Parts: sequence; C-alpha cells; structure tokens
Amino acid sequence: MKVSKCDPRLAKYLIEQYGGADGELAAALRYLNQRYTIPDKVIGLLTDIGTEEFAHLEMIATMVYKLTKDATVEQMEAAGLGGHLVDHGFDLYYHNAAGNPFTVACLTAKGDPIANLYEDIAAEEKARATYQWLIDITDDADIQDGLRFLREREVIHALRFREAVEMLKGYQEEKKVF
Amino acid sequence: MSTGLPKEYYRLLEELQTVDFVLLELSLYLDTHPDDPQAIAQVQQFYLRRQGLVQQFETQFGPLQEYAHSPTVMGWPWAEMPWPWQV
Ligand SMILES: [Fe+2]
Repeated sequence: MKVSKCDPRLAKYLIEQYGGADGELAAALRYLNQRYTIPDKVIGLLTDIGTEEFAHLEMIATMVYKLTKDATVEQMEAAGLGGHLVDHGFDLYYHNAAGNPFTVACLTAKGDPIANLYEDIAAEEKARATYQWLIDITDDADIQDGLRFLREREVIHALRFREAVEMLKGYQEEKKVF
Repeated sequence: MSTGLPKEYYRLLEELQTVDFVLLELSLYLDTHPDDPQAIAQVQQFYLRRQGLVQQFETQFGPLQEYAHSPTVMGWPWAEMPWPWQV
C-alpha cells in the first residue's frame, strides 16, 4: 500500500471503511456468520468473499496508519481527531468517520438464504458508494488508486452474490415441490 | 522498517500479488460457475506459478504465512518480518 503523505483529515474519513456500518469489518462478519446455515453450494463463496474482506480491512488500516503515523498532536486536532487522540492515542479503533464505535447492530441474519444474500448485495453496493465518496473527497493519487481497486472489488462481490441468488432460487423451488 | 529492503523484495511481492489476484478472481468465479473446465485449468496453471514464486520469495525474505506454513530453518523470522503496513 503506497501512501505518499501525512494526511490525518483523510484518515478520519477512511476509518468509515474500517469500523463503519458498510465497512470491511461489517462485511467480513456478515458473510462469515451466514455460512453455517446457508445451502452448501454457497458456503464456498461466502468463505472466499468474507476472507477477502479481512484483507481489505488490513488495506484500509494500512492507509489510516500511514496517513497518521507522522502527524503531530496539532495536526490530529486540526483534522477533527482530537477526540480520537484522547481516547486511543495513535492506535486505530473500530469506529466510523463520525467517531461512533462499531456495532453489530448494523448486521442482520434473517434465517433465510435469499433475504441474507440480498442484504449482502445491498452491503456491497453501499460499500461501493462509500468508496466513490472517498475517491471524490481526496486528490491523493496513491490513495485514489487503492480506493478504486477496492471499489471494483465491491462490484465483483455484488455480481457474484447476484449469481448466488440465482443458484439458490432454483434450489428453493426444488424444495417447495416436497 | 521499509528502509533497506531490496528492489527484489518489492518486485517478487508485486508478482506474487498479481498471481494471487488472478487466483482470487478465479476462485470467486468458480464459486458460482463450478463446471467451467477452462477456469479450472487456469487455476492449476497459476497455482504452479504461485508455488515457484512463493519458494523464491521465502528463501530470500522469510515466511509469507502464519502457523509455520512456511519453511523455518533457523530462528523464528515471523517475529522480525516487515509487515504489510510497514513496507
Ligand atoms: Fe466486498
């Protein structure tokens, strides 16, 4: 992950994808949790995408870390990270851009594979939209590069989840026959 | 931490990331298209390429994976590796 400058203001926004409702942590936890009860043919997909989200979480963390590691207390304060500094110092923390701590209240598990997969698709689309906002808010070319990569991953994930819905629709119709 | 790492470190790592990305994309594709023999053949091809790269990287720069999944001849290099956010 290449980050060329110190920019705590940007870090404050990026943290949304670390501890925010549509961020990478939420995505990983949501998908991995759904695996136990989903029909067998979709477990592999949920495992693969859920694990990939943890890799993305580390990419976001790396950006945040590199953007803040050389910042002064004054720069952190000026970026609106004074509150963060008082509670966490230069540690990362799972909270959103507004500073609210991560909560699993943003996740659901409906006990219904189709409902769960539609939530996954919505989550991917929301993450994609968040990445777009982040790309628009920065002019740092290196960061934009990383964010574009992550945005494209959300597009692929949404596509694969849509295909999984089609696979399961067939499966559910089969089940209704009995 | 990133100072002093040779160019070869970044070159090999980038090649490995590229191959890993292909394998990741093929995996997700096969998760919803499990009957595509062409994709399965590509997995095999890139898997072999990855093995070669991993061996090259690990003999020069140390383990890539946790749980001692990488060869450890002397000492415990896991404790001294530069981590992804340090390079
Ligand atoms: Fe995703």
